Amino acid sequence: MAETTSRQKQSQSGQISPFKKQCSLAARRWQLYLMLLIPLIYVIIFNYIPMFGVQLAFKTYNARLGIWGSPWVGFKHFQNLFKSATFGRLMYNTISLSLYGLIAGFFPPIILAIAINETTSRKLGKITQLITYAPHFLSTVVVTSIVMQLLSGTGIVNTLIANLGGKTINFLGDPGKFKSIYVISGIWQGVGYDAIMYIAALTAISPELYEAATVDGANIWQRIWNVDIPSIMPTAVILLIMSTSKVLNVGFEKVYLLQNSLNQSSSEIISTYVYKMGLVNTEYGFSTAVGLFQSVVSMILLVIVNTISRKVTETSLW
Amino acid sequence: MASKKIKQTWDNRLFYILDTLFLYFMILVVILPLMHVISVSFSSPGAVSAGRVLIFPVDVNFNAYRTLIKTQSIITGMLNTIYYTFMGTILNIFVTIICAYPLSRKNLPGKKFLLWIFTFTMMFGGGLIPSYLNIRRLGLLNTRWAMIIPGAMSVWNMIITRTFFINTIPDELIEAAEIDGASDFQCFTRIVMPNSVTIVAIMALFYAVGHWNQYYSAMLYLNKPELYNLQLVLRNIIASAQALLEQTDNLAAAEKTAENIEVLKYAVIVFASLPIMLFYPFVQKYFVKGVMVGSLKG
Repeated sequence: MAETTSRQKQSQSGQISPFKKQCSLAARRWQLYLMLLIPLIYVIIFNYIPMFGVQLAFKTYNARLGIWGSPWVGFKHFQNLFKSATFGRLMYNTISLSLYGLIAGFFPPIILAIAINETTSRKLGKITQLITYAPHFLSTVVVTSIVMQLLSGTGIVNTLIANLGGKTINFLGDPGKFKSIYVISGIWQGVGYDAIMYIAALTAISPELYEAATVDGANIWQRIWNVDIPSIMPTAVILLIMSTSKVLNVGFEKVYLLQNSLNQSSSEIISTYVYKMGLVNTEYGFSTAVGLFQSVVSMILLVIVNTISRKVTETSLW
Repeated sequence: MASKKIKQTWDNRLFYILDTLFLYFMILVVILPLMHVISVSFSSPGAVSAGRVLIFPVDVNFNAYRTLIKTQSIITGMLNTIYYTFMGTILNIFVTIICAYPLSRKNLPGKKFLLWIFTFTMMFGGGLIPSYLNIRRLGLLNTRWAMIIPGAMSVWNMIITRTFFINTIPDELIEAAEIDGASDFQCFTRIVMPNSVTIVAIMALFYAVGHWNQYYSAMLYLNKPELYNLQLVLRNIIASAQALLEQTDNLAAAEKTAENIEVLKYAVIVFASLPIMLFYPFVQKYFVKGVMVGSLKG
């Protein structure tokens, strides 16, 4: 309010300097700026200083000279990355893993939300929500540990297979199974959490809409198709936009924890490669370059996807 | 609902049957693997390796847990995790609130720019190596601070808190206090804080779970076993039983058989998630609330 009034005054009469007005307003608000001081120092030290560190992507790191003093090498690291044999595989693994997760993980939360919303037993709905939401709070280490234990040679899955007369399977040692293990365990952990937004959108539907549908003779299937689905579409679109732009940002932790030397050909993604090149092989410059490539592509994707979405569906992030 | 009284047609009845079956299916899918893990941890190693333990324990005993509390690394990890969670959460709440409150006030000159400084960090970051070198240069490597200070605030949680302030504390209330001569600090401590118990509780839960489950920073920044948190210890145990054997020197050889170690792994998994699973049913509604607050645009 005050901001707009001061702006109006500024356009109406040029005599009162709007800058001075803002300054005096700011001076009266000094306590608020003081409160912001600690958070600002925090983001400067832990977010903005590392951002200047990305210059390492164009340098060869020398511990004695530090980040600023190390010699420039131009685009050498990027050229090495694009020429290297691993680059194609990294891109393929990263993109296929996230698209697989995106496509396979899109419908389960929607179906779960509709099922919870439409059930006649509120109690069953509540219990389902409570239980399916729970794995979201387990740590990545716990979830990957459970996956590894259940799928191990002596784990329950292989025991059952053996009891049924089948041959035991080395699940985590098979590159062909890695992506499915990653995606399915991800849905198991996240479906209840992802459903929350959809459940909220469904409960916001006015009961009159349902009644109108029933009066028009719609059965429940038609009601879901014509009332429920359209009302959760905006939520679905926003969530899809956000995930599409993150197609290269497959989280490090879970892949790293499920990775081993046997499944590496399908589990090596950009973020695990950055870790290995940087902290294991201490090629700081090269590793920073790979990471920078990833964040720049992600930012470009976010802008593109958001623009398309704004044009097509009129929903966007900004 | 009048429609409920109308005799359901066969296709509606079919839907409700399928719907109920689907919900039961989802409950089982989530709960069976967890029940198996818990049951194994309470079963005899012999029954486990014979494949007799499915979803209920066989030959119930607490041996694995007895071994577990005798294992020094697990106890150290537990104490460290409690320390990191407690200290970290307090710092998180402090920094988040003193950041969110000013940014929630209208007529703060430069607010847009200040807000942008924070939100930009969500879109772009220095990446692994520059961050790591920064932490190293600050001398935080291999200190307890490395688990607390670098994550002092999550910008995302700050935005949620800010949205909460904007939506729940009426401007009229603050304006009235200002007319009465209250300073910004006084408005904050006397009006905003007493009305913000909900958001502080939600944030405390979000942050505490984050600290409890933290693995990434521990793996990157900690190299000394006496500083390891529980997740890191659990990971080391799962990744190599050898690591566990080395840490259990005080155990008799008879307790170190492969079968026992296997059951012990399940017990550690349960142990590491126990606090969260115990509190979860009681605080679940706050988590849902937090997700909902976050989905509203500020």
